[in-house]
Amino acid sequence: MKARRDRTSLTALAPFLWLGLFFLFPFLLVAKLSLSETALAMPPYAPRLDWSQGIAGLKAFLAGLDFETYARLPTDRLYVVAYLSSLKFAGVATFILLLLGYPLAYAMARCTPSVRRALLMAVILPFWTSFLIRVYALIGILKPEGLLNVALRAVGLGPVSLLNTDTAIYIGLVYAYLPFMVLPLYAVLERQQHDLLEAAADLGCTPLEAFWRVTFPLSLPGVAAGSLLCFIPMVGEFVIPDLLGGSSTLMLGKTIWTEFFANRDWPAASAVAIVLLFTLVIPIVLYQRQQAKLTELGR
Amino acid sequence: MKRGLTGFNIAALVVGFGFLYLPIVLLVIYSFNASRLVTVWGGFSTRWYASLFRNEQLLDAIWVTFRVGLISATIATILGTLAAIALVRARHFRGRTVFSGMVFAPLVMPEVILGLSLLLLFVSLGMPRGFWTVTVSHATITMCYACVVIQARLAAFDQQLEEAAQDLGCPPIKSFFLVTLPNIAPAVAAAWMLAFTLSLDDLVIASFTSGPGATTLPMRIYSQVRLGVSPEINAVSTLLIGLVATGVIAVYLFQLRRKTDD
Repeated sequence: MKARRDRTSLTALAPFLWLGLFFLFPFLLVAKLSLSETALAMPPYAPRLDWSQGIAGLKAFLAGLDFETYARLPTDRLYVVAYLSSLKFAGVATFILLLLGYPLAYAMARCTPSVRRALLMAVILPFWTSFLIRVYALIGILKPEGLLNVALRAVGLGPVSLLNTDTAIYIGLVYAYLPFMVLPLYAVLERQQHDLLEAAADLGCTPLEAFWRVTFPLSLPGVAAGSLLCFIPMVGEFVIPDLLGGSSTLMLGKTIWTEFFANRDWPAASAVAIVLLFTLVIPIVLYQRQQAKLTELGR
Repeated sequence: MKRGLTGFNIAALVVGFGFLYLPIVLLVIYSFNASRLVTVWGGFSTRWYASLFRNEQLLDAIWVTFRVGLISATIATILGTLAAIALVRARHFRGRTVFSGMVFAPLVMPEVILGLSLLLLFVSLGMPRGFWTVTVSHATITMCYACVVIQARLAAFDQQLEEAAQDLGCPPIKSFFLVTLPNIAPAVAAAWMLAFTLSLDDLVIASFTSGPGATTLPMRIYSQVRLGVSPEINAVSTLLIGLVATGVIAVYLFQLRRKTDD
């Protein structure tokens, strides 16, 4: 038995090596680069590790590393604003997603099983559809001469100019991440025992009271999972602020992109990436715990 | 059990699904618009689909994207299956924590960071960026999704069947192909499809890791979208949405039939 188990772990070898080379190692490169300086060279940073010099090369390389790029970040208003507004956008959008997603998931869970299956499919389908295309679809609606203004004019309102504003980013974030919020909420709400509500009603609870005192507290693991699942990627979001937001809107994902492609400041891009990652470590760990809890509940 | 829908429930369903589907429906409708202006309805026409097939750049991007998707999804599914077996079946081995961490991390990490780190790898290895760097990058990220999908199925699969086969003298590798694989096949297929669609959709990682001559469809769409909405993009988007929706709905109906058969 023991021997067989040992051989099973050999299946980890290929994926282990692959992820080590293409995920873990590149990651260390980002960390290293964030300690380097920009240089007018290709690739545009210094120092570079010179293996031909042996130990002396390694020493010179290590001596060249410093925390200067990190020290630069808090003094530059651009990075501070980008950092804070990323958190703000993701936080507010998560809250709106809860307000919109919870009633939707709740209503889905109350449908008959066959309707429920079809609705679940309808939530998952956009999840498979290209993110970029869905954001693009919003542009056609939100732009000044877009369909929203055509509709508003028809009822004698408007025009409103939403594209390239913060409002457009919120609409985009909520639109793109709604399935991510609804799925975990639906998963907990669907499992809930209807008898509990009947018991609450027998004990004199009004339906609204029963919701707040029974349904909602029991659905909190789903609320936490959905919120984290949306919040984490939204903080680093690039496509939505870039295509829907204005040129003055700053978010970390966009900052990394611009530093890298436009300013060619690779060390700054790397340092921002590391800061972003450290910011997300706490929500990521919380999310992982929540997932473990949910799996246990499911069994 | 009473499970009636209140007016509020129905409103939530209408608003929620309306919000999810209205933009896509409008996009599809306007891909058949004869007018170049996106908001003016100039009558039904398929001219944008016709002009799509004359757009060399776009066709080229579609071809690149499909090749990247096919190869990377296949690599991702093989590696993801192996990783899932290791995580489900081998409870203890050296480096298991690091391994499961590496499998889980790409799922939650912002794409910008993944793209940046992969690009730095290719630069430091002196690899010219192009078709293969995108393919390898996509395989790396999507194998983690593939692993999660297969892992769930594998955990639910009765290991005793496999052990019975081995007790009857079947070597482990053969019992995997004869017993385990046919049982987890739906999950493996789903994992491949997921990996393929993720690769098809990806803009950020491809932008970082691609080079001249390997522009993928999302990269092409992105650069056109920045110049403004165009009916040709509506047409190519409609084709993509149709392709993915057909695939997903077919799998759904297939699973529904299996369930009723059981």
